[in-house]
Amino acid sequence: MQPAISKEPIRQVKTKSRFSLGTTFMYIILTAWALTTIYPLFWIVNNSFKVSRDVMNKSFSLAVDPVMINYTTAFDRINIGRSYINSLIMSGGTVLFVLLFGGLAAYVLSRFTFKGKRFFFSLLYATLLVPAFATVVPVYEFLIKTSLVNTYWGLILPQTAGNLTFATLVIAGYMATIAKELEEAAFMDGCNRWQMFTKIFVPVSRPAFASVSIFVFLWSYNDLFSALIFVNKETVRPIVALLSEISSQYGTDFGLMATAVALTVMPILLIYLFISKFIEKGLTEGAVKG
Amino acid sequence: MKGDRKYIWIFLLPMAAFLSIFLYYPFFKSLYLSFYRTKGFYDKKFIGWDNYDRLISDKLLGAATLHTLEIMLYVIIFQVGIALVLAVMVDNISKFKSFYRAVFFFPVVISGTAISLLFILFYNFNFGLLNNLLTSMGLEKVLWLSESNALKAVAVPTVWHYVGFYFVLFVTAMSKIPEDYYDAAKLEGITGFKKMTRLTIPLILSDIKVVITLAITGTMKVFDFVWVVTRGQNGTEVLGTYMYKKAMVDQNFGYGSTIAIYMVVFGVVLALLANRLLKSEEITY
Repeated sequence: MQPAISKEPIRQVKTKSRFSLGTTFMYIILTAWALTTIYPLFWIVNNSFKVSRDVMNKSFSLAVDPVMINYTTAFDRINIGRSYINSLIMSGGTVLFVLLFGGLAAYVLSRFTFKGKRFFFSLLYATLLVPAFATVVPVYEFLIKTSLVNTYWGLILPQTAGNLTFATLVIAGYMATIAKELEEAAFMDGCNRWQMFTKIFVPVSRPAFASVSIFVFLWSYNDLFSALIFVNKETVRPIVALLSEISSQYGTDFGLMATAVALTVMPILLIYLFISKFIEKGLTEGAVKG
Repeated sequence: MKGDRKYIWIFLLPMAAFLSIFLYYPFFKSLYLSFYRTKGFYDKKFIGWDNYDRLISDKLLGAATLHTLEIMLYVIIFQVGIALVLAVMVDNISKFKSFYRAVFFFPVVISGTAISLLFILFYNFNFGLLNNLLTSMGLEKVLWLSESNALKAVAVPTVWHYVGFYFVLFVTAMSKIPEDYYDAAKLEGITGFKKMTRLTIPLILSDIKVVITLAITGTMKVFDFVWVVTRGQNGTEVLGTYMYKKAMVDQNFGYGSTIAIYMVVFGVVLALLANRLLKSEEITY
């Protein structure tokens, strides 16, 4: 050991100088990639405050004289507010159902032993492999036959099913770590299973529920494929379906397009900034296990 | 706890119902429909393997498969590669870690549709950001969405969108590596690049495997970018858009379902293959 320690300072100096050169290089690369994620967003927001002609000719310049014309157009002519509300109702509804039903199933799967449990788990993992493409035609048929197509339910129901598996697996993973003693104490106090679920397991699993709701909200808010097929009528379509429409109808109105993107992206980004810690937590708990 | 067994089934029931009605039954119904010629929902005729025969000789489907595979290649090389490089770098720096983590994740939370619109604005021939940049440097404009460039042009946002997602997975995996390993390596004089290739990467190989599998199954589902940017034209048709066109635009439910089944099988086979290929290299600790 002795010689190793006495050599240490020399080696330290050597590695340190090389290290700092490497570190500078790393900061440069990291900052460069950070610019690719920040600059486009800045560009789009900046350009949303210009008239179309300026978006075309002076897309780099700062909107020092911001105009609101694109925003008024977006709300008055293409009724983007309506789509906001639609998105909010449908994604919010999906999140609620997923949390309730996923939470109940997760509670059973993490705390009970019963025949067929292993099979159930394998089935849930296999379910993650079924893409929406493989179910869309029969689901569409079902929604037409039950007159649910082009209603809020037309998106909420399939998306609830689509997100349930992921949610159940994540929440069950979290609930499995809750101490048995807590459960026994509650049982002694006379809790039945339903009370146990609402009074003990849901509050204790709040972090898992929080991260699941964020992801389910994002995925349903951003899901274009289902929106195009199940709820493409003007009065019910969510914001992504409207957005895809804008690109073909108003493809030459650059200011309006920039604004539509800005309006879709900004609320999500603002929420993200506040809850990014949860997102990463949820991601690491959920995605790797799932 | 007596009498509790009934709760098992009561609590599982809603989920089982949702999955059965909206996933399992439809999946088998798609399988069933793939053996029928359909006109709308009510006119069905059993045709055996005809749809599958058509599948094999369908040149457009072959092209869509190749395009999907090409995007998959970009995704595995660039999306996973960039995420890995960024993660190694963030793991090795001491300042601004959380800043980079937050910023790299931005695109992940944005919808593919919004990103597509953004890239439409970037790629526009006359006024787009990219050609603006080129002309300001005195260069020729490029037709970004022409036949020869369009597939790469839609691959760029596809790759960019999810780098941050895999980056976070990698960073988390790296943070779980015991510090002693690095201390031991340091004593042996292993630093820098060697530390990364001999230590970090082998230790997170199982996570890399998960990410590559996610990348493969994710790419099978690529739809938004292609649909919004090119509608599948100019040599950008992928399996997702082709299936959508056959099933939903042409209302050919039988053949559309056949394509969907093909996509599932193809995706599962690729994922298994990737798993097999990476298996022998795995090291656990």
